[in-house]
Amino acid sequence: MRAMSSAATNDRIASARSELVALLGAEAVGGALDERLHARDASTCEGRAASLVCHPIRTSDVVGIMRCAERHSLAIVTRGAGTGLAGGAVPVSESIVVVTTRMDRILSIDPSDRLAWVQPGVLNLDLNRALEPLGLHFAPDPSSQQACTIGGNVANNSGGPHCLSEGVTTAHVAAIEVVLTDGEVVMLGGEDAEPDGLDLRGAFVGSEGTMGIATRIAVRLTPNPSAVSTLLGIFDDLDSASDAVSAIIADGIIPAALEMIDGPLAAVLEDYVEAGLPRDAAAVLLVELDGGAVAVHAESVRTVATLMAGGAREVRVASDDTQRQLWWKARKSAFGAIARLQPDYYLHDTVVPRAMLTSVLRDIRQRVEALGLEVYNVFHAGDGNLHPLVVFDARTPGVMPRVHEAGEAIVAISLAAGGVLSGEHGIGLEKRDHMADMFAAEDLVAQDRLRATFDPDRRANPDKVIPIGAGCGDHRELRGLPDGLWV
Amino acid sequence: MTANSSSASASASSSALVDGLTEPGPVTVVGGATHRSVGGVTDPAARPITAPNSLIEPQPTELLVRVDAGVTLGALDAQLAASGQRVVLDGRSIATVGGVLAVGRSGMCRLGDGHVRDALVGGTMVGADGCRFAIGGSTVKNVSGFDLCRLMVGSLGVLACFETVLLRTVPRCETSQWMMGPADPSVVMAILDRPASVLWDGVDSWALIRGGIAQVDDDMNRLAELHMIPVASPPDLPPHRWSLRPSQLADLARSGVDQGRFIAEMGVGVVHRDRPAPAAVIATGVATLHRRLRDSFDPERRLNPGKHLAGVG
Repeated sequence: MRAMSSAATNDRIASARSELVALLGAEAVGGALDERLHARDASTCEGRAASLVCHPIRTSDVVGIMRCAERHSLAIVTRGAGTGLAGGAVPVSESIVVVTTRMDRILSIDPSDRLAWVQPGVLNLDLNRALEPLGLHFAPDPSSQQACTIGGNVANNSGGPHCLSEGVTTAHVAAIEVVLTDGEVVMLGGEDAEPDGLDLRGAFVGSEGTMGIATRIAVRLTPNPSAVSTLLGIFDDLDSASDAVSAIIADGIIPAALEMIDGPLAAVLEDYVEAGLPRDAAAVLLVELDGGAVAVHAESVRTVATLMAGGAREVRVASDDTQRQLWWKARKSAFGAIARLQPDYYLHDTVVPRAMLTSVLRDIRQRVEALGLEVYNVFHAGDGNLHPLVVFDARTPGVMPRVHEAGEAIVAISLAAGGVLSGEHGIGLEKRDHMADMFAAEDLVAQDRLRATFDPDRRANPDKVIPIGAGCGDHRELRGLPDGLWV
Repeated sequence: MTANSSSASASASSSALVDGLTEPGPVTVVGGATHRSVGGVTDPAARPITAPNSLIEPQPTELLVRVDAGVTLGALDAQLAASGQRVVLDGRSIATVGGVLAVGRSGMCRLGDGHVRDALVGGTMVGADGCRFAIGGSTVKNVSGFDLCRLMVGSLGVLACFETVLLRTVPRCETSQWMMGPADPSVVMAILDRPASVLWDGVDSWALIRGGIAQVDDDMNRLAELHMIPVASPPDLPPHRWSLRPSQLADLARSGVDQGRFIAEMGVGVVHRDRPAPAAVIATGVATLHRRLRDSFDPERRLNPGKHLAGVG
């Protein structure tokens, strides 16, 4: 994008504002407060105020915004609910921030095709509430599902506890209407079984807003299981709990969900939720099995045996749905409860091979504690998706460099164990410069070819994901995360 | 060395593929030749090359296997059987892993297994310029960077060639059973929790049920109430493949128009028919994206010349 003087930049932004007000109406174009508000998302990444903020409600609005941005050489940053934790929605250049939360209509639900068309701003939980009477659900269930949008799920290829057996978002999206940066509207994928050509739908999912804006999404719906069994495995040492995760999988069972909560955090959660979690354990495994009633019963019996053989001191089976819901409430309340320990936290997202869980958790704890910090763990153990949670008080002099060092150590330990940078939060700005730690230059060139196919001028969410031609991302001081943050 | 670098994950026996692509001129990667006609006929002037075929490295505790793209499904399945696992790639035993991924067609168990593209976790490709690059990652869950895995599955080898891949595996079931009878397939779908496959020819339905012995027995009893009986195998599939919405399948029998013989994959939308499907037509904007991708990955069109993606050359 061409460099301009400050006056020229102000002129083109003013021109763009006039055009957008004429196109969308004044109420759909934000003012100075909106521009400052959208300088950040739920991550710790520092950006800059948006040049303009738009709140479209239909595809044609987005087309107009894209063409306006192209005319005035402005970048486009798309944003759903802003719950992203990797800085994907943080503007870093002169940008129009396109907020999709007013595109919040469920357009159709077709139980016979097990397909629903939604606008990108539909909340994940709202969609699932609408599907409940039909005995169907949208499988990805990020812990932020009461706030995050389907468009955001598509952008980040989101997961959630119950994606262990069902797969993450890309396995549940059939088609996406996308507005490219030149304003052209394309339909990627389709409602039929095998849409012709390359899987551009799959390439778009997880592209973090760098390939265009999704304006309509066809999601695949999954029938609710006829039976569910939820177990709580209680362990007196963390290593045994970690090993039990692999043991369950090695027994040929892929649970619907397999989560780990370390003992200290379980105690905090029990104080917070009173769900019946132990206060004196080293780790708790929350295991959920679903499917046919006969199979679920058999797998439940086997899993209890595996957990006990793996060193669990006790295994509890949820006696009813109330107890099950309470355990899940505790699991999903972790980031509210953590405020009882320290006022601030920094949350990470990496994935390691299941077999490395024991050593990686131990190494991370040693490194973080050596820095004089505390770390807690609540994560998707079944697929090795770690969420180390470093807690601290940002008012403590000199703490921030140690927090950053802890973050670097977590990434390094995970990669050294054969892991990857992110399992569900994405790369965004936060981990962009770590991409070179995971990929060789030629690998990144191939990824950039894909991105440039959709957006040759790289105006859609520039300087995200791929570090080519980009400097280091700036992290603002970690002064605590916004209210209402989940993972 | 990067954690996921192409050099780190490549098979030791892979240099033949790199060498083959480093030499100038059009090339075609030859696998088991089980789907040779998909996407058109390859230019006979293209020089045949093959993917490496020696590495099979199961990682049973991770539900993964790293395998050379030239390994056959038969060889892979035999090795995975030892650890009680399998991959969800479907094809004849002589088909190669790379070939099945390049064609990107799922088998008749897609209802239970998911799409073939969901099986690919990562791997290495060799591009038209002879350069190797890595795609995906090393773990079952990964959103690090753009999803080149899904781009490459079904690309008919016109963007790059599979060299060594990392695939998901799933536990082999304790038992399985095909059932057949004159049941309404929608009822069959409704009474089974997770059937592996439900097929329908307009009159009879077939269902593949699998899992633990007790669950399969329970499912068999339910299907017996619909007058379905155990059979040894599914029906033979007609040669041509159509792609419909699942809800359109019921119309095949209701339309009153002679549809010829067909076998429909219920809940999926693939229909196997005696007659070929109409030629694919994709929208102009999508075709433009296809051309840009080919221009970017293989500007000289030296990979599998003659193959077309939905009519886009």
